[in-house]
Amino acid sequence: MNAPERSLKRVARAASGPHGAGARRPFVDGVEKVTGTARYTADLPADQALVGKILRSPYAHAELLEVDISEALALPGVHAVITGDACDMPYGVIPIAQNEYPLARGRVRYCGDPIAAVAAVDEATADAALARIRLRVKELPAYFKAADSRQPDAILLHENKPGNIERQVHNEFGDVEAGFAEADLVREHTFECAEVHHAMMEPNAALATWDAERGHLTLHSVTQVPYYVHLTLARCLRMDPAHIRVIKPFVGGGFGHRTEALNFEVICALLARAACATVRLLQTREECFLAHRGRPEQQTRIRIGLKRDGRITACQAEVVQRGGAYGGYGLVTILYAGALLNGLYDIPAVKYDGYRVYTNTPACGAMRGHGTVNARYAFESLLDMMAGELGLDPIEVRRRNLLKAPTETINGLKIMSYGLPECLDWVEQASGWRERRGQLGKGRGLGVACSHFVSGSAKPVHWSGEPHAVILLKLDFDGGVTILTGASDIGQGSSTIITQVVAEILGVDYSRLRIIANDSAITPKDNGSYSSRVTFMVGNAAARAAENLRALLITAAAKRLQVREDEVEWLGESAVVASDPAREVAFTDVVEEALVATGTLTVKGTFTCPEEFQGGKHRGGAVGSTMGFSYAAQAVEVSVDPDLGTIKVEKVWAAIDCGFAINPMSVEGQVQGAVWMGMGQAISEETVYEDGRHQVANLLDYRVPTMAESPEIDVHIVESIDPNGPFGAKEASEGPLSGFMSALAAAVEEATGARLTRLPMTPDRVFEALHPKSRPAREGAAGGNR
Amino acid sequence: MMSVETEIRFKLNGREVSLKVPVAMKTLAMLRDKLGMTGTKYACGEGECGACTVEVDGRTVNSCLMYAVDCDGRELVTIEGLRTPEGLHPVQQAFVDHGAVQCGFCMPGMIMQAKNLIENNPGLTREEAQRGLEGNLCRCTGYTKVLDAVEAVVSGKSCGSRP
Repeated sequence: MNAPERSLKRVARAASGPHGAGARRPFVDGVEKVTGTARYTADLPADQALVGKILRSPYAHAELLEVDISEALALPGVHAVITGDACDMPYGVIPIAQNEYPLARGRVRYCGDPIAAVAAVDEATADAALARIRLRVKELPAYFKAADSRQPDAILLHENKPGNIERQVHNEFGDVEAGFAEADLVREHTFECAEVHHAMMEPNAALATWDAERGHLTLHSVTQVPYYVHLTLARCLRMDPAHIRVIKPFVGGGFGHRTEALNFEVICALLARAACATVRLLQTREECFLAHRGRPEQQTRIRIGLKRDGRITACQAEVVQRGGAYGGYGLVTILYAGALLNGLYDIPAVKYDGYRVYTNTPACGAMRGHGTVNARYAFESLLDMMAGELGLDPIEVRRRNLLKAPTETINGLKIMSYGLPECLDWVEQASGWRERRGQLGKGRGLGVACSHFVSGSAKPVHWSGEPHAVILLKLDFDGGVTILTGASDIGQGSSTIITQVVAEILGVDYSRLRIIANDSAITPKDNGSYSSRVTFMVGNAAARAAENLRALLITAAAKRLQVREDEVEWLGESAVVASDPAREVAFTDVVEEALVATGTLTVKGTFTCPEEFQGGKHRGGAVGSTMGFSYAAQAVEVSVDPDLGTIKVEKVWAAIDCGFAINPMSVEGQVQGAVWMGMGQAISEETVYEDGRHQVANLLDYRVPTMAESPEIDVHIVESIDPNGPFGAKEASEGPLSGFMSALAAAVEEATGARLTRLPMTPDRVFEALHPKSRPAREGAAGGNR
Repeated sequence: MMSVETEIRFKLNGREVSLKVPVAMKTLAMLRDKLGMTGTKYACGEGECGACTVEVDGRTVNSCLMYAVDCDGRELVTIEGLRTPEGLHPVQQAFVDHGAVQCGFCMPGMIMQAKNLIENNPGLTREEAQRGLEGNLCRCTGYTKVLDAVEAVVSGKSCGSRP
């Protein structure tokens, strides 16, 4: 491996086997979750709370001429009715692209755009109040496809964005023309991906309390990034952030949906202030689909040049994303799609043109594998198709293009550890690739693909000069260590990982450790749970905090043992004199000594990604930059019913280079979840709009795979020991997702002879691909019989 | 707003309960809003996801679809009813130990369904479990570890307070 030394030394301990880092431990909050005692936002006591509800636009695009709330206000039991007048400050996660209001002002831009909201004594009254709000509008032309928005005569969704283009990206690294000229085979193809949604199990919910005497606000919400919510509340309510407290209770999944402040959170706060009360705003499943922020519908036209031996000479891609009605994370998404064409393989030249387009549909945003997934599907698929044309094995063609760490890509991304070769080796062996591929019989197939993702964006959204992660540890008279973190555990297990890191370095029993996460009044600010940054960045901060605390304890132990500090051997629950282990002092006695004359100890650990990791100097160069990329390879086995067009995924073998598995059981779970979510996008998930109306805003029509449709997913962990990750760790939960689609497409091709270039591969699309004569072939269903 | 209410009596996790509920109220809303038992979750409200699964007279139902008045005279078990003073139910313990829990939001429903399947079929196979849990969506795990946990219970490899 390329980085054999661990960046953090382990504590010497008498007990054998991993204690902290590397241990297969159940989640620290698992018991609460299986007993029903875990309180999610909607579970918080709200006896005294008013019921909040939102009136949403039935129009896809319209000028709001009048919103008459007089009748609603007059209804007994109604405490507040608010409209766009309640907030004149636009917000959005990217400081240079803020164009959304919590309640529409002057114009609605998608079916579901919030127009007004009420707070009432109960649900029935709130519903009755909404029904009494009268709208007068002037409907405008609406665009539901990127191509329609881009027509020269289309009216603008946002006045400052000509052509309805939110952001276009054009860059070229290396000499693409020369690369294609040098190639023995150049092919170009267009791949289409439908829009998909996170469908996290917990619906959105917020609980806001307005303290009228002090003018203070407390908000509980389902967010992945409480800090963004905090800033957005201060901005939209024009409040001093010091007067706001944001608390994140248990959160039932996120997958990117909750990486930006969402309208319902701000609306709930506005309602609480207007009503001078506590307001609970629970969102229905349909409203979650309307809040959307998922992966956009995307068209990817991609061109690759290959030498006869499989070496890639150049890549060119044009990406068009249907971004929806507001900015959100859009400009980051369109940048990611181009940036991460690099970093997986050694490619000498890459040209990228990206267009993020405004449309009259719910705004897209970040979703697991942010921006990279659809482009990866296109790249891996075309690479596979070309390998076939050249008679090369799909695994071999990937081996011909491996990177060698440490290195830097042509667009300025640093690769410090690279376990992809080992991932490929395992997948090849475990799937029986050499013996079984092509031998599975009619209707069955095996496909392979690779993928990668960042372990946290090296440049944070807000360039405040603060560290990128902060952890506090509190040690008091009771001998308990409290870990204070702002990192949101949304089910990915961040609280468990942070605890394991601290346990490893302090060496103490887990029973001494407790973790408190996400209360802005108590815990340090964290940049949030997005871009798979927490294990890497917060893990490093936790390690430093624990080291700092251990240093204080060693000083105290030395004092008690009456030796020099360098003579002390720290064992966690005790300390001994290294040369005379019989001279021992217990942890509790060390704590007693450490607290003399100072009292409660609070120590801090921080982490910042150094400047040199923060990406290329070109415009948008920060997107895609990271200190460590995860790498993944996977093989997918399918059977296809040619008469029904149904695909059954029989088995997946997925290998992940996560640097080092701080918790192997958790890594396996993250990889399985990622691969499976990729499967959903590949075979069944798709949002559908008809005249702008969401047609599948429920969990029956939006087809999340059930257990009966889900394969066994075998996971293998490759540990490349990243030089900068905590104990060598990198991310594990996003990278494995984007390989699935193309591995599936390859497997389906082997099974049927048809290559599906459009997602999802629903039975009708598979059937059409297999029976091109029976019906006119639709776009995106290229194929034929072998 | 006024609504017609009716009084019902039933057994909830072994205890007699009597209360007045609006006739249009669903069992899920009664549990959560009237009785403060928030372990059972709302995730779709339409019987599509299984997050609100409870046992009624020994059979699992989506409590979001069942009217509260229909609980009258019956026996309900919710996720809060599985744990005993001795500890977690074996199914709960197995889910924790095998990493079958991520965000946990689907877990109360999933565990109620798994417990019911195992009780009714002590020799439950992995394939039967896969079919039997088809109505419980989970967005985190990809289900592999859920099935591992169920298998561990069936094979007696999970420790817990009750067989």
